[in-house]
Amino acid sequence: MAKPADVSVDSPALDTERPPEQQGLPAGVTNAAVWADERLGLASLLKKNLRKVFPDHWSFLLGEIALYSFIILLLTGVFLTIWFKPSMAEIEYQGTYQLMRGLPMSEAFASTLALSFDVRGGLLVRQIHHWAAMLFVASMTVHMLRIFFTGAFRKPRELNWLIGVGLFSLSLIEGFAGYSLPDDLLSGTGLRFVDGLIRSIPLIGTWAEFFIFNGEFPGDLVIPRLYMVHILLVPAVLLGLIAAHLALVVYHKHTQYPGAGRKDGNVVGYPLFPVYMAKAGGFFFVVFGVAILMGATMQINPVWNFGPYNPAQVTAGSQPDWYMGWVEGAIRIMPNWEWHLGSTTWSWNVVLPGVGLMTALFVLLGAYPFIERWITGDTAEHHVLERPRNNPTRTAIGVAGITCYGMFWLSGGNDILATQFKLSLNAVTEFMRVAVFVAPVIAFIVTKRICISLQRADAERVLHGSETGIIERSPDGGYSEPHRPISIDEKFTLTQHVQGKALEATPDTDGHGVAEKGAGVSSLRALASRWFYAGVIAKPTKDEIAEADHHADGHDADGHEVKAGKSESAGQISH
Amino acid sequence: MRFLTAKRRHRAARPALLVLALLLMGALYAAVAPAARVSADTGNSQQVAEGKALFQVTCSSCHGMNGEGTSQGPSLVGVGAAAANFQVSTGRMPMANPGAQAPRKQNTYTDEEIAALAAFVASLGPGPAIPTEDQYSGEGLSPDELAKGGELFRTNCSACHNFEGAGGALPNGKYAPSLVGVSGQRIWEAMRTGPQQMPVFSSGALPDEDVRAIVGYLDTLHAQPSSGIAFGGLGPVAEGLFAWIIGIGGICLIAVWIAAKGARAR
Repeated sequence: MAKPADVSVDSPALDTERPPEQQGLPAGVTNAAVWADERLGLASLLKKNLRKVFPDHWSFLLGEIALYSFIILLLTGVFLTIWFKPSMAEIEYQGTYQLMRGLPMSEAFASTLALSFDVRGGLLVRQIHHWAAMLFVASMTVHMLRIFFTGAFRKPRELNWLIGVGLFSLSLIEGFAGYSLPDDLLSGTGLRFVDGLIRSIPLIGTWAEFFIFNGEFPGDLVIPRLYMVHILLVPAVLLGLIAAHLALVVYHKHTQYPGAGRKDGNVVGYPLFPVYMAKAGGFFFVVFGVAILMGATMQINPVWNFGPYNPAQVTAGSQPDWYMGWVEGAIRIMPNWEWHLGSTTWSWNVVLPGVGLMTALFVLLGAYPFIERWITGDTAEHHVLERPRNNPTRTAIGVAGITCYGMFWLSGGNDILATQFKLSLNAVTEFMRVAVFVAPVIAFIVTKRICISLQRADAERVLHGSETGIIERSPDGGYSEPHRPISIDEKFTLTQHVQGKALEATPDTDGHGVAEKGAGVSSLRALASRWFYAGVIAKPTKDEIAEADHHADGHDADGHEVKAGKSESAGQISH
Repeated sequence: MRFLTAKRRHRAARPALLVLALLLMGALYAAVAPAARVSADTGNSQQVAEGKALFQVTCSSCHGMNGEGTSQGPSLVGVGAAAANFQVSTGRMPMANPGAQAPRKQNTYTDEEIAALAAFVASLGPGPAIPTEDQYSGEGLSPDELAKGGELFRTNCSACHNFEGAGGALPNGKYAPSLVGVSGQRIWEAMRTGPQQMPVFSSGALPDEDVRAIVGYLDTLHAQPSSGIAFGGLGPVAEGLFAWIIGIGGICLIAVWIAAKGARAR
């Protein structure tokens, strides 16, 4: 993953020579450009920014997916607002869909049915909007993971990381509000779930519920309110944060993967215009195309099958959209802990896994760059990304986090797991109760070991070159595999990273036995730092590489002999 | 006729003739033989006797020689012909192995055998009889009645069977089966007799016209087209899975392709 993208051989070469002096643009274009420049001062702005250089890697496009799905959501959302009626007024349905004929329902649900069955293209746009919403949050998640695993959140990008966490949390609220608007049986059940979350907040829960729902659930105001949140409040904040997010990317300049010629002080890549203009523009259409294809061929949220919301009804398979599934899962597997103190109820069974877990995720995400900085004492600016293996503890923390999230996520579908894989629902639930704690620990250990092994493999590759896969037999019967030295560029890529050192605790007293004051390294911090750097393989030093090079030069076909008597699987290689 | 004459000593001629003769005999038998009786007529003592004989061979090891029940299986006194018909014709009984719940499987009994078994079980005590078509048929209902059937389904059934009858999980390995492709007669019998984990919906709670409305609703629901690939009607879990696999997975593949198609500096 962390290798810089290979550029295919048949790609067109970018001509860096200055083209011969041209006759200039047609007068009309020039005049218009001059007119605009004299009034808006665009020329200097564009000149600077159109030549802005961005590095090239597929994983840098993950955030773009989020941006483009947001644009798709705005476009399709505008269409939907034209037809949707955010009203909880009860009417008797007399529309086109025969299986709902004469049923009492809210205007919101009736207008969703009309949107789906009577408005030309309405169902398609609804499905595109919903799929794009799933893609929006999913692409934010993978983008965030890319940032995390490559250490792109380090100085100077901590604030942009925080903006990203804010975008992620707001997108969950935005998604949930949208999920609730159609007022079908599923969205009403989801709303009831959130109603329970709000009520579970100790002491103020009931008041908070009455405040949000304007009285008892479901009331008749929550959909207009969520509509406001969904189409105005959250999108406006999202837009502002996205603008800030992108402005900071431009200001900080984009990070780049390590490679020959890439340093913290430069950016190796291509200019925005024309290369990234074309790539990003094309990618926008690709994302839009995928969203349309999904909307056209894959059914999502068939509200006409769910029926109108009725608090007396519920359906098996009631789940939120995927991004809230982990909270659903946490509540599904939580033991039934509840206190009754005086006249108050403390629903730990809901408030801990629901409110508590969501808070914990966002606090941990937001705090991580600062925690890591505290542990490592790394105050340097970083513009070259870290390969995940070169920071094994961070990578292991990330994978443990993904595993924990995944376990909660699976728990959210425990009934689907039970029916689809012929398991016992109780067994799945009880397994998950243990797995959410144990699986992340296993994942942490395994990931850390894999990273360290990869570091070892890197060192091996730098010192001994790459295996040729050719086994040679010598006249006296020994077998050996010649190794081919790797390129100097690859050696650089594999060894360019700076290996941090664990912090040492500053002694409590100075040399004269007088207590030290002020900013030192506490023993706790030193302990955390030792843990963070434990097990790291020291990268080959300059001398080791020079010696290995010399060694390879001396033996033309560098014979790494496998001793005939030893088993080959042991891989014992001697020089 | 020259063709037949020429080929009469062909290798395949004798087997072909044999097959033809068998087909002819079969067709003749089907036309001439009396139609099979499939009703469980409790007054027909011969049918009851046949049913009892069959019962003692295939059912009694769990339900007792006279259907009185054992530690392995419940008493069948008073469950009615409808219960026996439902359990055996869906293959749930006889149970292949004791598990959390008897699964639906291939039924190996003929209609007459099932009718005989049902007649025998009905003779043990009064219970719901096998319904006639006017009790369960979902045909010929008005849109309002179908809509009411949907409302009844969502009120009484969807909590276990899912919003479109795709089935759902119950505790300890039990489950509510899918209702897709289940006939109205089976649905009527299941509602009245409460097989496995299902509660009984008596005619006092849901009269026959309500059952007909539910059957009609399900038939119409399952016959209508979906707006794209429906992923088994399992709801948001399946949608989320495919948003990740097809959506994010597909777009990432394209991203890799776009990143690889770069311009090289000369």
